[in-house]
Amino acid sequence: MIQKRVIATLSVVAAAGLLLAGCANPSGGGGTSGGGGSDKVDIPTIDSVDVPKDAVLPAGDGKAECASSLTIGYVGAETGANAALGINIYNGVQLAIDQHNKANPKCQVQFQKYDTEGDPAKATGPTTQAASNKAIVGVIGLPFSGESKATGQIFEDQGLVHITPSATNPTLTQNGWKTFFRALGNDSIQGPAAADFITTKLKAKKVFLVQDDSDYGVGLANATKPKLGSSLAGSDKVTTGQKDFSATVSKVINSKADAVYYAGYYAEGAPFDQQLVQKGFKGTFVGPDGVKDDQFIKQAGSASKNAYFTCPCIPGELIPDFEKAYNTAFNAEPGTYSIEGYDSATILLAGIDKGNTDRAKLLDWVKNYDADGLSKHYKWDSTGELQAPAVYGYKVADGKIEPIGTIGK
Amino acid sequence: MLDLVLQAVPMDDSWINFDVQSFIQGFWSNTFGGLTYGAVYGLIALGYTLVYGVLNLINFAHSEVFISGVYAVVFTLTGLGFNGDTPNLPLPALIGDLLLALLAGMAASAIVAFIVERAAYRTLRKRNPPRLVYLITAIGVSFTIQGLFFLWRGAQPEPSVILIPTVQVFDVFGGIVYNYEIVILVAAIVTMVVVDQFIRRSRIGRGIRAVAQDPDTATLMGVNRERIIVITFIIGGLVAGVGAIFWIMLVPQGAQYNGGFVLGVKAFAAAVLGGIGNVRGALLGGLLIGLIGNYGQTLLGAAEWSDVVAFVVLVVVLVVRPTGLLGQSMGRSRA
Repeated sequence: MIQKRVIATLSVVAAAGLLLAGCANPSGGGGTSGGGGSDKVDIPTIDSVDVPKDAVLPAGDGKAECASSLTIGYVGAETGANAALGINIYNGVQLAIDQHNKANPKCQVQFQKYDTEGDPAKATGPTTQAASNKAIVGVIGLPFSGESKATGQIFEDQGLVHITPSATNPTLTQNGWKTFFRALGNDSIQGPAAADFITTKLKAKKVFLVQDDSDYGVGLANATKPKLGSSLAGSDKVTTGQKDFSATVSKVINSKADAVYYAGYYAEGAPFDQQLVQKGFKGTFVGPDGVKDDQFIKQAGSASKNAYFTCPCIPGELIPDFEKAYNTAFNAEPGTYSIEGYDSATILLAGIDKGNTDRAKLLDWVKNYDADGLSKHYKWDSTGELQAPAVYGYKVADGKIEPIGTIGK
Repeated sequence: MLDLVLQAVPMDDSWINFDVQSFIQGFWSNTFGGLTYGAVYGLIALGYTLVYGVLNLINFAHSEVFISGVYAVVFTLTGLGFNGDTPNLPLPALIGDLLLALLAGMAASAIVAFIVERAAYRTLRKRNPPRLVYLITAIGVSFTIQGLFFLWRGAQPEPSVILIPTVQVFDVFGGIVYNYEIVILVAAIVTMVVVDQFIRRSRIGRGIRAVAQDPDTATLMGVNRERIIVITFIIGGLVAGVGAIFWIMLVPQGAQYNGGFVLGVKAFAAAVLGGIGNVRGALLGGLLIGLIGNYGQTLLGAAEWSDVVAFVVLVVVLVVRPTGLLGQSMGRSRA
């Protein structure tokens, strides 16, 4: 009996509380808080990109011959909080391999995935597994900067070529690794481009910079800060897995910033943006490639309307042939880094078709590669950096992420 | 001399610096934010405290009892048409929907707490194993439930659900107080008072205190120990369910398979800080952990400091008062 009474009392109490919430509603708040006196800038979306005419495609000439055990590996997140980016990538790789195998009946390349959960602490196990599998001649990965830093030496020791389609920390190419290649621009290009985009195109006068504790977030924030110069209104650091951003939000509001640049991933970026808007932030939220994912919109809800993104990635959804094939294969639009995953796999497949069927030869092939992919031209310098990368801007429009063209110089 | 020592130690200025200006500027908004999150920590802490008081068991599975409630709240609201947009409903309908979600959250958490007690702890109790076995079982149950949620819902959090329109209610020295902050704080205090009074005044409450004080004598006096234990778990679950809806009010995308873990650690720390086994201590500890974390983060300039400062304070308090701020009162309370 008494249990029932407790439950009843608790319910009544909670009801009273909720009633209070409701009562406070219609009165309407002053809207005194929040930064942002600046005029809202509207940047139109684009609906096409230039596709190189002579882009190398996975199908090749259809006459390739190779041993049936040859395998391309993917090492990266399949699960974990930021898995969506990993899924975009290996779907792109899968598509390239499927197209290759369909066109080349005498060369059936296998595909094997190793899950790191995107966690540097867990990445060495799966990487070692992949590296010691002798059938694997080349790897796509690892997607994130922290895990790439933790595992680069393993690839180096095994002489196994790996192309990261998404890790952007600038220091990754400063380790003397000969097997590491990056299929996109790094954060010392993205950071300044973002700073330039926020202050000139978005016309923000005061920018608040927030970084997470990952190698990626720290590196990107360090690359962005100098270019912001006097526009920098303040900065703060958050941690991976954080959900309560009230202290950071109050710093942002007090700084009267009209834009926030969040150097980190969407798992924290989404709740952070949502809590900013909940506390009356009226400015723009700008996130890098780690935040640019549909999961950001799902998790931030209607707060995501204030969001722009910077990304050294090409909008694969605007390349018609790729978009169509991807959509047919996976019943989804290509996501961030799908096209980079596809192009990277294409480079390895083209090498295999040309008879580079062991690790040493394939490494040599990638090192000397100089041709167009669907998204851009691929030619690396001696450290494994791409020679002419581009940074794109994106924004949230009608609940979707839409490209707005190249930013920076 | 001190100067020399400081110079001898390589000081990276980004490592530690006291940002007094931000601290003063953000003092009031940090206070309100800290109290709000702290209130939710307090509600979760209550479950740890009650079970510890009665069984001397740290129920690590309580964070999963809580997250079950969070999922129930989110599913109920999603089913009622809530989503990432601010709901646009007439007031009575809104309150009705939220009450329904609240009840769903309370029911789900209470049921999971009941199942955990029946399946794991009661079967163990019959064999009377050493206390370490309970602890390991608790951790195992926690991981098991997390794993089940992972297999069922995957790694991504559920899409966000916004519960109420945010309204600025008033302004204290530049710190703005929002409607949801008042709701959460008031509801947490009221819930805590109800539970406290229930344990102090009701017959079952007396039973709970008797078992906490001396299980054997209580049994001899005609208290049904097994029944009291189950009821304790259920009350902890019900209150965790109340915490669940307010957690979603604060963090609309908070329903994630491992989302209870960090919260559980903080809530447990709150329970210890207030005095484990002490109902009022749970709320006090929760509020303090919320406040200290926010102050520490702003003063020292990075979120990593939030936990560092909170736990340093916890250790210091325990050195001075090993039983927590309010002491472990449940077992020694007046009959």
